[in-house]
Amino acid sequence: MNKKQSWVYSPAPENTSHIALKDQYDLFINGEFIPSTGGEYFDSINPATEEKIAKVAEATKTDVDKAVKSARTAYEKIWSKMASKERGKYIYRIARLLQERAREFSVIESMDGGKPIRESRDVDVPLSVAHFFYYAGWADKLEYAFPGRSPKSLGVAGQIIPWNFPLLMAAWKLAPALATGNTLVLKPAETTSLTAMKLAEIIQEAELPPGVVNIVTGAGETGQSLVNHCDIDKIAFTGSTEVGKYIMKAVAGSGKKYTLELGGKAANIIFEDASADQAVEGIINSIFFNQGHVCCAGSRLYVQEGIADQIISKLQKRMDTLVVGDPLDKNTDIGAINSVIQLDKINMFVKIGKDEGGTIYQSSCNLPDKGYWFAPTIFTDVSQSNRIVQEEIFGPVLAIQTFRTVDEVIAKANNTPYGLSGGIWTNKGSKIFKVSKEIRAGVIWANTFNKFDPGAPFGGYKESGIGSEGGVEGLRGYVELD
Amino acid sequence: MRLFSRSIKKESKIQALNLTLGMIDLTTLEGKDSPGKVKQLCYKAAHLHDQFPGLPNVAAICVYPNMVPIAKEALSGTNIKIASVATSFPSGMVDFGAKLDEVKSVVDAGANEIDMVISRGRFLQGDYTYVSDEISQVKEACGELHLKVILETGELVTLDNVRLASDVAMEAGADFIKTSTGKVSPAATPPVVLTMLEAIRDFETKTGKQIGMKPAGGIGTAKQAIQYLIMVKETLGVDWLSPELFRFGASSLANDVLMQIIKQTTGRYQSKDYFSID
Repeated sequence: MNKKQSWVYSPAPENTSHIALKDQYDLFINGEFIPSTGGEYFDSINPATEEKIAKVAEATKTDVDKAVKSARTAYEKIWSKMASKERGKYIYRIARLLQERAREFSVIESMDGGKPIRESRDVDVPLSVAHFFYYAGWADKLEYAFPGRSPKSLGVAGQIIPWNFPLLMAAWKLAPALATGNTLVLKPAETTSLTAMKLAEIIQEAELPPGVVNIVTGAGETGQSLVNHCDIDKIAFTGSTEVGKYIMKAVAGSGKKYTLELGGKAANIIFEDASADQAVEGIINSIFFNQGHVCCAGSRLYVQEGIADQIISKLQKRMDTLVVGDPLDKNTDIGAINSVIQLDKINMFVKIGKDEGGTIYQSSCNLPDKGYWFAPTIFTDVSQSNRIVQEEIFGPVLAIQTFRTVDEVIAKANNTPYGLSGGIWTNKGSKIFKVSKEIRAGVIWANTFNKFDPGAPFGGYKESGIGSEGGVEGLRGYVELD
Repeated sequence: MRLFSRSIKKESKIQALNLTLGMIDLTTLEGKDSPGKVKQLCYKAAHLHDQFPGLPNVAAICVYPNMVPIAKEALSGTNIKIASVATSFPSGMVDFGAKLDEVKSVVDAGANEIDMVISRGRFLQGDYTYVSDEISQVKEACGELHLKVILETGELVTLDNVRLASDVAMEAGADFIKTSTGKVSPAATPPVVLTMLEAIRDFETKTGKQIGMKPAGGIGTAKQAIQYLIMVKETLGVDWLSPELFRFGASSLANDVLMQIIKQTTGRYQSKDYFSID
């Protein structure tokens, strides 16, 4: 019996020996890799080992200016004049090249960002590829996307993306902008620049005309220079609500268009008639996917009173089976926290949660000694007025409340400044329609969570953002309609 | 699905393969079964691959009622159990008295385990009480013998039905719940097995009783078997990684597992011709 009880899975770490990473990554401007004019570099750290992977150029204001100029020239001389069918071909080419190198990108994404290889391999990279394919198809069919109108490109787009889905967010930004005939300057998040720079290599390989896509790496200041640049026609931003507010103020009166994809504090609602085990899997997926670094994570759980004890006890048992550890091992369910800054933030909120009187339960997993880790955590005995219920933690921390009636849970679900997503678990279709109609959020999943498809628009209400990405709607942010 | 991408290789694979062998109910359930075939099957059950010493025996052999005495004789002196199907397997389409008589005769013949079928017709009509009574009476007739209740999930069609039938069977006294007769397609499938394992988990939480699980039909490869073991480990825990609580109903699985064990040990695949087809 003892022998059987020790049946453990074999370690299966991805091989990294075939991964071609340079020691230093420069800026990608006008089709070439060039050093920063400031000569400054910052380190990209593997959050699972705290080891330095590469150093990355810090773009100065001058570099950003250069990038915008090259995007402007490419827009005026080439990209806006090119037949839309030809533009589509380039995007298809990017999609195919990325698909061919899928495993390489998955491994780098997991090394640089800490997410489990199972997710980068099965979600991030295939979805990124799918986005390029999807929008490549729209490039020469834009008049069908806006019947009776004639869509025109905007010009140069400045795009700023977060660290939670580095490649996927780059794909969400690049694909529709290119398909609609815009050129762009992309700024990846400073902790996760590597897949964007590898994407730059693919863009080179695809022989995209120089200047159509420019990538400038750096921290907040680089982003600021981009947002405030006078020759940008549009800002597309995904990140925190705080920065989103700054961008709105900065572009006010400038004539720049903007789309913002911001924070969330989604309600995930389990009704008594839901299938319990399915709902528990849904909770795990909604809050622990990508270590909870997900803007649409279901971080507020509402369980109907009658099944609350059952669901919570099942959830606790399930949490104990989660495999936390080496992101490159395919057995791993939960990887590393993206950065030490984020780990501090999660620790701060968990302390707040305890101080507020919440009852904490954490997965019994062993955490590695080195690297940034946080055990899957849930809080019960919390209320709407607790900070851990109100504020976005962006980590594997779930706040659980119970409810009695449908109206009560709708009111509580809407009692938040955010409105990005939500989840409903019930066997009754009519309940799905009622609740999803009354919750003010961009996406409501029914009996599932965190499902994405390039054909489905994604965007927020209230402080979760403005505009949509994905689907036909995702084209709207990059065109002017006559 | 996460359960299909766990890494099982080297030591953990050998462990899993040996575990699988010891969980097999080596089965022959055909109208053309002969005493000779059953004797051969019994010999194989105790001597899976004598060229390769140290292998475990299978857990049991599973035969039709009229073959129980033959198996009993052939397996004397081994610890291999004799399971017999009963209750007018596979359809169960006779009156209940005849089913009980059959169970009693199998008990008398010396079987260790009974695999009964439920009345799917009654279940689909919504007459769950009938199904429950039927199981509890068979259980009573079994006495001390292990009762496995075959739900024939391929005929129940929906997972809701599978869950309900699992609950009914466990409440009525089943020691094991089993997916299929092997005569209806689909037989054991991962969603069905997961649904039944979840039912077992909830039943344990509620009553403290550990009920066994037996997927049967369509499991012919070591790879499939290992996927089910992972499912069991992650749903029910390591307690269930034992022939006491988990069995595979299969006729051809053993040979594939043997091939894999030898491959793991020698690094080479042997031809199928090296493994007896009994």
